[in-house]
Amino acid sequence: MGIAERVTSGDIRAVARLIRDIDDKVPGAREVLKDLYPSTGRAYVVGITGAPGVGKSTLVDQMVTHLRKAGKTVGVLAVDPTSPFSGGAILGDRVRMQRHSMDEGVFIRSMATRGYFGGLTQSTRSAIDVLDAMGKDYVIVETVGVGQDEVDIVQSAHTTIIMLIPGMGDDIQALKAGILEVGDIFVINKADREGADRTVSDIRLMIEMDEKRYRNGWKPPILTAQAVSDIGIEEILDEIEKHHKYLTSSPRRQSRVMYEKARNDLVEMIKDRIVHEVLEDIIHSGEFEEVLQLIVERKIDPYTACDTIVSTRLRSGSK
Amino acid sequence: MDQKRKIRVLVAKPGLDGHDRGARIIARTYRDAGFEVVYSGLHQTPEEVVQAAIQEDVDMIGLSSLAGAHMYLFPRVVELLKEKGADDIVVCGGGIFPEEDIPKLKEAGIKEIFTPGTPLREVVKWVEDNVKPRS
Repeated sequence: MGIAERVTSGDIRAVARLIRDIDDKVPGAREVLKDLYPSTGRAYVVGITGAPGVGKSTLVDQMVTHLRKAGKTVGVLAVDPTSPFSGGAILGDRVRMQRHSMDEGVFIRSMATRGYFGGLTQSTRSAIDVLDAMGKDYVIVETVGVGQDEVDIVQSAHTTIIMLIPGMGDDIQALKAGILEVGDIFVINKADREGADRTVSDIRLMIEMDEKRYRNGWKPPILTAQAVSDIGIEEILDEIEKHHKYLTSSPRRQSRVMYEKARNDLVEMIKDRIVHEVLEDIIHSGEFEEVLQLIVERKIDPYTACDTIVSTRLRSGSK
Repeated sequence: MDQKRKIRVLVAKPGLDGHDRGARIIARTYRDAGFEVVYSGLHQTPEEVVQAAIQEDVDMIGLSSLAGAHMYLFPRVVELLKEKGADDIVVCGGGIFPEEDIPKLKEAGIKEIFTPGTPLREVVKWVEDNVKPRS
């Protein structure tokens, strides 16, 4: 049996290995993904993001429990940062989800961001496809919402949940520009803490002020939860379901969503591929280091260096 | 671009032992050595450890035990890996063990045993020498 068939038949080792190959950018993985593509597009993808410590893994754990009770199978991708110094990572999200590890209907995978050249967005998207192709009904992707990469990842989900906790104060203002704009559902976790109401009204105000966001008919709900005590989880799942219905209720909206997703995916894929091809080539040939040295010595400016590199690597070149 | 495969390791604490300081230090040390370390927390059954190792596609499992049940737990992990056809995953252990248990553990398929006082550099070097990222 080929790898693609093993994946679609739910072979856990094949799935695990394929995700590893995607992460390590093994060329053969791309071919398998091509074969798998017809089997994708069935899973519902939920992205969860928020600052470290807001309770993302705990929420995922509870959501998995509820979804399993409803008879749904679930794939989880938990993304944690790679250390920029050593290139290593500690992936600790399983700690909160271990009770599902013996459940055949749940597949949990930890992924590291792997730094600038890691192509996190691309490999996470491909990993979503793999879990989709293996037949999971839901795929939940969890990332620390700090960088653009992480925002991009959750944006490739059907429903994006932004998680906050009370007392973040001005941090919410800082989040406003980036992360808050991509949220379909807001969850204020640890809602038993002081200031939960304040946080809810801050977010509400922000959403109300951004009228064009909900002109299309979806106004992001703001929910409170205490994930660790299993409070508020049903409500979150209900809102996910409502958002799902909203996305699929009109054919026009659905095709727009598909279009946006396809567009994002393709742009990311091309970006990743170009970075990969151009950089890998010049790093291997040693040209990268040479040019870098010239820039450091200020013998050449980085703009010219970039023009030269790009125009010799890509046939169309720079204008 | 750095395209070589990264070593992936699962650090796990099987059994009822609640002392994870050692496991955390090892996880941190591996991270600083450039490995991707999955840490799965306390109170794991051997079955859970093996399932996590397979889902995460790790090259090695590091088992930590300070509570005395290693003679059951460690060999059981090796056994289960064999059953699942995943015995290419290297297993090593760390913690407090009676001298006479160490050869028995090795015989049962635990590749190496680390006891208190082992310099962290040695622990890392052992992995670099004995664990190759699978291709």
